[in-house]
Amino acid sequence: MTTPETGDLRITNVTKRFGEFTAVDDLSLTVPQGAFFALLGASGCGKTTTLRMVAGLEEPTTGEIRLGDRDITRLRPYQRPVNTVFQSYALFPHLDVFENVAFGLRRRKLRQVKEQVDKMLELVQLGGFGKRKPAELSGGQQQRVALARALINHPQVLLLDEPLGALDLKLRRQMQIELKRIQTEVGITFVHVTHDQEEAMTMADTVAVMNAGKIEQLGRPAEIYEYPATAFVANFLGQSNLLAGEAAGRSGDVVQVAAYEQRFAVPAVRSRTDRGPVFLGVRPEKLALVPAGAAVPAGHQFVAGVVTDSSYVGVSTQYLVRTGWGTELAVFAPNGGDATQLAVGSQVTAHWNPHHAFLLERAPGEGDQTTPLLDSPDTVGVGS
Amino acid sequence: MTLLTGVGPRPVDAKGGGAERRDRRRALPYLLLLPGAAWLFLFFVVPTIQLGATSLYDPSGSVTAGYAMTWEFSNYPDAIEYAWPQIVRSFGYAAIATVIGIVIGYPLAYAIAQKAGRWKNVLLVCVVAPMFTSFLVRTLAWKTILSDNGWLVGFLRDIGLLGDDGRLLATPAAVILGLTYNFLPFLVLPLYASLERLDYRLLEAAGDLYASPTRTFVKVTLPLSMPGLVAGTLLFFIPAVGDYINAALLGNTNTNMVGNVVNSAFLSRQEPPQGAALSFLLMAIILVIVFTYVRRSGTDEVV
Ligand SMILES: Nc1ncnc2c1ncn2[C@@H]1O[C@H](COP(=O)(O)OP(=O)(O)OP(=O)(O)O)[C@@H](O)[C@H]1O
Ligand SMILES: [Mg+2]
Repeated sequence: MTTPETGDLRITNVTKRFGEFTAVDDLSLTVPQGAFFALLGASGCGKTTTLRMVAGLEEPTTGEIRLGDRDITRLRPYQRPVNTVFQSYALFPHLDVFENVAFGLRRRKLRQVKEQVDKMLELVQLGGFGKRKPAELSGGQQQRVALARALINHPQVLLLDEPLGALDLKLRRQMQIELKRIQTEVGITFVHVTHDQEEAMTMADTVAVMNAGKIEQLGRPAEIYEYPATAFVANFLGQSNLLAGEAAGRSGDVVQVAAYEQRFAVPAVRSRTDRGPVFLGVRPEKLALVPAGAAVPAGHQFVAGVVTDSSYVGVSTQYLVRTGWGTELAVFAPNGGDATQLAVGSQVTAHWNPHHAFLLERAPGEGDQTTPLLDSPDTVGVGS
Repeated sequence: MTLLTGVGPRPVDAKGGGAERRDRRRALPYLLLLPGAAWLFLFFVVPTIQLGATSLYDPSGSVTAGYAMTWEFSNYPDAIEYAWPQIVRSFGYAAIATVIGIVIGYPLAYAIAQKAGRWKNVLLVCVVAPMFTSFLVRTLAWKTILSDNGWLVGFLRDIGLLGDDGRLLATPAAVILGLTYNFLPFLVLPLYASLERLDYRLLEAAGDLYASPTRTFVKVTLPLSMPGLVAGTLLFFIPAVGDYINAALLGNTNTNMVGNVVNSAFLSRQEPPQGAALSFLLMAIILVIVFTYVRRSGTDEVV
């Protein structure tokens, strides 16, 4: 951490093609030494391929990978100070847990193998499992062995390919805290691939959202969540209500938007564009509902609609509100003490603070994008 | 409401017929064993007992006059004394051939299993193809190839690797070559089967954990292919020890193996008790070797 330049992982214009298929497309990113970097993205978008290129298991078709000032693009895997926790674990079936974990130490002829391995096994809560073979472990235990086997080497960069996917929620939280602790203590650079956005947001300093071989957005978790750069990011990281509209240019600090015969204004600092087809985005928890006709807080913008579904999930109530033009907006209303439940069928006004909205570019012809509520499978039927 | 599904009483077999059916089900595996067991009894146990008896006959009998059972245990030391050089030679030749077989067969099996891609099946057929012709014909073919006026000997004499009257045929080298050639598929196929199952991701993981390709081979590939290697070497070594065709066709009288002695004891010298005793000895030695070999490669980690 003291010499920020020396150990940065720099990926520059890296492309990987498998035959005709481009798995990673002109990717550039820098992971500062000691950072916890999370790579998020849909299945098949090239996350594993990116990690494999950093590990040396796949050679980039073009581009360069540097670790500090060292070009490692064509270095053999065993010559890189990089270790991987594989998505498939890849534990050695003929070696017991102890020898699996000791593998890297032994190859580098390090001393005090037993002390280190025992300590590492304690850390992943597998003390006493040393003599077992991988086949005699549960999926989650195997995953922890894979983690221990890589971590014990204190590499410069640790690549984690969905390392916690097989763990139950409690153990997963424990391991997350443990990982984060180790990472801060030892100062290893972590590149962490995960499907769990909550995991990415709580653990990582920097999150990159990948889509079809490209990075769509990179930044601090809150930054990305509050002000996503593309419609993909807005709906991949959390949920968003995206309304199709036309931006009519800036006036002062705001961009004027026309959508469904209504006018909206979005602060210019929260607009990715100020002209042409746009998405007006508002996150469900930033929307609030009042009965139709009731006063909307000053300065808020609003649309009218009918509640078509409500599901009470404890901390909040999740509503679907059908607008006049048929789109169903998701609204998460916190269940404060004075909150009244709105019945399905009631006429409501959904309103938001313009400073919570954001404006994204939209391909012409694309319609509204909203995500259905996870726990109400019947919403499709209600909406049509 | 979903909590209750599947909690209700489990359907129970109707009483009465249940026990009978269970008995029948238990008997089924034994019924399936029956043909194999009968086969083994008729063609292995009975001949083995017969052979054991023969090895203890009075050697002074003759095929025409018949043999008396005199529990002649001295047949064994006598046979060892008679065939000691051939016994030693058999194990020596077979061991050398096995080593050569591994040196040739392991890379071959590895290449076919891990690197051949779509050529895999073609290459496998090539490995097995020689077996489409008879063992005898193949060995006779080698006799032609190695013969004194064949092109191979001519070529080797020309480039000076063989002296002007140097030969290939009727040498120990020719016998060992014949053994290696004839039994190689038995080594390659089981090896291929275990190398084929080897997960390349384990090799990647080893590389990721600082193992050079050589170390990866020693620490991961080799131990994981051990079952195939053990099976392959046994399938190679055992028939090679007992073989007499290669020695008979490609060797000379000084390259005779124990198989040749057994062969002549039964068919030309008319001394069946000696042949039977040698066969039993061979079986015993091989059993001991197999057990120690499997034990060692099974429990000890091969470094
Ligand atoms: N060796 C290969 N040959 C051909 N195509 C490949 C190869 N490896 C990966 N791909 C393709 O490249 C794309 C990216 O794969 P990758 O494994 O990087 O995805 P991922 O983002 O890790 O997905 P997941 O979240 O499902 O693990 C996929 O479409 C995959 O089919
Ligand atoms: Mg992957």
